[in-house]
Amino acid sequence: MITLLKNGRIYDPAHQKNGVIEDIYIHNGRIIAKPADTEKISQTFDLSGKVVMAGAIDMHSHIGGGKINIARMMLPEYQEKQRQEIKNLSEPEAHICTPHCSHHATPSTTDTGFRYIEMGYTAAFEPAISPVNARQAHLEMGDTPMIDKGGYAMLGNDDYFLRMLAAKKDQKAINDYVAWILHATQAIGIKVVNPGGINAFKFNQRRLNLDENNVHYQVTPREILQSLSRAVHDLGIAKPLHVHCNNLGAAGNFATTLDTMSASSGLPMHLTHIQFHSYGTEGDKKFSSAAAQIAEAINKNKHITTDVGQILFGQTVTASGDSMMQHLNAKHANPKKSVIMDIECDAGCGVLPFKYRDQNYVNALQWAIGLELFLSVEDPWRIFLTTDHPNGAPFTSYPHLIRLLMDKTFRNEAFAKLNLDAQAMSNLTSLDREYSLYEIAIMTRAGAGKLIGLHDRGHLGTGAAADITVYTDQADREAMFSKPDYVFKNGDLAVKDGRVVKVVWGVTHTAKPAFDIGVEKDLKEYFDRYQTMQMDNFKISDDEISSDGRGQVVAHHNNKK
Amino acid sequence: MKNSNLEDVPISITCPACGLLCDDVSLSTNPALSMQNGCTKGIRFFERALATPASATPLLAGKPASLEDAIIAAARILSKSRQPLFAGLGTEVQGMRAVASLAEKTNATLDHMHSEGTVNNTRTMQNSGWLTTTLSEIKNRADLILAIGTDITGSHPRFFEKLAWNTDQLFSKPTPELIFLGAPAETAKANVAPDGKAPTLIPAATSQLPEVINALNALLSGKKLNADHIAGIAPETLTGLIEKLKAAKYAVIVWSAGALKIPHAELAIQSIVQLVSKLNESTRAAGLPLNSGDGDSSVNNVSTWLSGYPTRSRYRNGIPEYDTYHFSTQKQLDSCDAVMWISTFNPHKVPETQPPAIVIGHPDIQCGHVPDVFIPTGIPGVDHAGLMFRMDSSITLPLKKVRDSGLPSLNEVMAKIEAQLLSETTA
Repeated sequence: MITLLKNGRIYDPAHQKNGVIEDIYIHNGRIIAKPADTEKISQTFDLSGKVVMAGAIDMHSHIGGGKINIARMMLPEYQEKQRQEIKNLSEPEAHICTPHCSHHATPSTTDTGFRYIEMGYTAAFEPAISPVNARQAHLEMGDTPMIDKGGYAMLGNDDYFLRMLAAKKDQKAINDYVAWILHATQAIGIKVVNPGGINAFKFNQRRLNLDENNVHYQVTPREILQSLSRAVHDLGIAKPLHVHCNNLGAAGNFATTLDTMSASSGLPMHLTHIQFHSYGTEGDKKFSSAAAQIAEAINKNKHITTDVGQILFGQTVTASGDSMMQHLNAKHANPKKSVIMDIECDAGCGVLPFKYRDQNYVNALQWAIGLELFLSVEDPWRIFLTTDHPNGAPFTSYPHLIRLLMDKTFRNEAFAKLNLDAQAMSNLTSLDREYSLYEIAIMTRAGAGKLIGLHDRGHLGTGAAADITVYTDQADREAMFSKPDYVFKNGDLAVKDGRVVKVVWGVTHTAKPAFDIGVEKDLKEYFDRYQTMQMDNFKISDDEISSDGRGQVVAHHNNKK
Repeated sequence: MKNSNLEDVPISITCPACGLLCDDVSLSTNPALSMQNGCTKGIRFFERALATPASATPLLAGKPASLEDAIIAAARILSKSRQPLFAGLGTEVQGMRAVASLAEKTNATLDHMHSEGTVNNTRTMQNSGWLTTTLSEIKNRADLILAIGTDITGSHPRFFEKLAWNTDQLFSKPTPELIFLGAPAETAKANVAPDGKAPTLIPAATSQLPEVINALNALLSGKKLNADHIAGIAPETLTGLIEKLKAAKYAVIVWSAGALKIPHAELAIQSIVQLVSKLNESTRAAGLPLNSGDGDSSVNNVSTWLSGYPTRSRYRNGIPEYDTYHFSTQKQLDSCDAVMWISTFNPHKVPETQPPAIVIGHPDIQCGHVPDVFIPTGIPGVDHAGLMFRMDSSITLPLKKVRDSGLPSLNEVMAKIEAQLLSETTA
């Protein structure tokens, strides 16, 4: 059965197609070359005048695992409250409602899948899987329909790794451990959150700077970043080390962020939700934008990629592995409550509800800093569109964010409503840039697919999975991106006019680099002596993800070696 | 006849008998049932489980019936019901996934058998949050364990053996000091470390624990106590306890919501959480709520990711709602028009019900009066594989199948009922 998408305006940056009118043919869930005239076309969609892109890929979104479930559990008041608040809002900020919308900053797994695909997203990656909690993360993602999933496993605060580093184990041993973790947790990338800091908090350290020692291990965040970025590089996996820098949210942290860029000695690193790490200490309130310095450094340092973690105004919840900084920030929680955990000599977490307000100086400036970064980083292949869902705002606010990037007038009108002191501290209105559809397609599709190493997603070339989104070109980009005409998932028509018409199940993307299984000898001893679970039960098999017939593991092989 | 497929070699298993979910256990039945690294609770669980008839059959009004007929009868009760209650919910992850799916289709209310205690933890977490820890952190870091209102080992027998008296830990810390406040004296006293070190006992009646915990909070905030005693405890004893907590590098405060059978238990838990929070201003400390068992952690986690809420929730036209007061089993028994009681791990007694009752679970389950439908299911971790959350929720472990029986799993039964309902509505 062949499906023909006819006469669409194609935005496919992976193949330098910028609005060309072309036909797309789909067969068995894949995009194929134009078939012979003798082949029967089973169905045809006339896409004349429509904008066609690959399905969007969210490369950083907290969609599954312990801390998100804590966020769901601890905030039952959201549902009713947000339902009311949304009703009372004259214009949607940080949220677009559809019939399936739960009005929840942390939707259920079903709502997560539905809301993503209804916006034209066909994949999302959980960026903070603590290895001991990976089974839960995959269970939740396994119950998330409509989209492909994947995750990054957190290392760098686990006692096993820090012991290796303190003992000056050679890089090969570290590489083997990192590869073993990727296999055991069914992850596609490695993340480090507040390198060394989560661990240091367990020893009662309250802050950790890039060149400061963890009191117990006497190793620094810089050494952790060096070792892990080297391991990721040596193993040849596509996704660069995903780094949540030290000192998240602290005034003056931009200096740490700038220093961090050099910590990998030129090896690729991805600095995530950089908005939360771009704060200076200028002005009366000792809190200022350092977006210009950060953007300049990113423009210069070609080995660095980043995503923004834009904040948008409204109620949300922050769920982070960074127990150290979340504990420090718990006093700012709104409503005032926090769940903080120390987890298994492996990780930590901190969950705090937040309400970002446009009349609050810090919040207003955070909003502006995020946009300044988007507009000042020149290469759209190295910056990605995220709100660090749900930390800056729920992912459901992406259409609003896209409009802010594409529409200068709209952006400046929003800016004019902010806290006046914050306005005085931002150069946002001097930034005239407006993102093009082609650039949006890069940062939400082609760039994200390339960054993670999904060879057959994020583009519309022959052989690619037929994850395709079709929009009506509208001047109101928020309206346009919140309600695609069609979304195809692996060739199936899954969404029509912004509504799910067919429930489908995506795959789980992983990376499985080769490694020396001998690493298990020492690991087994570690588990037997110090952990409270068996090593064999720590490991997640492919069958666990695929056994109910809905999921499937896809391993992306490295091609660097 | 052999009642298990354990031939000659012991097999390593995960024991679902308590929230510790020990997976360093091996089970053998040759010549007799024995468990390496087992505990009394685990042995009792497997003895009872393996003694159940693997050939138990469904019953309709007490009379043997085929599984197909029992499924049809259960579906009929649910299709006629406008407001069914799914209670008990003694199950693991896969079972709960199927239960939630059926609940969504039938507008059911969901409540777990132990939630009378559990909701006091959940509500505390929802009101103020908390700072908690997990088992491996305790094993490697804890230098002081304060148990409030519980001896711990009654519900979680290997707790100290595994987490306090282990000789292997990462940071060369001393064996933790154990202090029991208001715990059952005889059993608490028995927790003597292998090196002979006895625990400290501070006696208090459970009903007076709120007073004691609040006094501890006052002392920690630098207030003076102008009283001869607090709930019979000398002020110096409490001052001494606070000094120890402040001096500890990683104090762990353990409580059991299930054991705090007092009015306003939620406020007592709130006070414990506040104590932990205050300690963390200067040193490190963490709380550890004990669970009550029968899959409570699994059920609440699954329910939360599927619907946004833990139990005491319900579905109305596909939309989940949450109310820890109105959706209790006790309240719903008065207003629901059908009850489905589920208990797969243990043969807990079914509450007396007036509305039509479906009972599903452990073959030896006890019913006060004959239910309309009884469907025996396999026991997770015995008759079929499964997945279970540990008490600290951070770890999910696979349960193994240890014997071949003809008993269906709960999720198979739920899926069949759902399919039957669907075929009736589309017929």
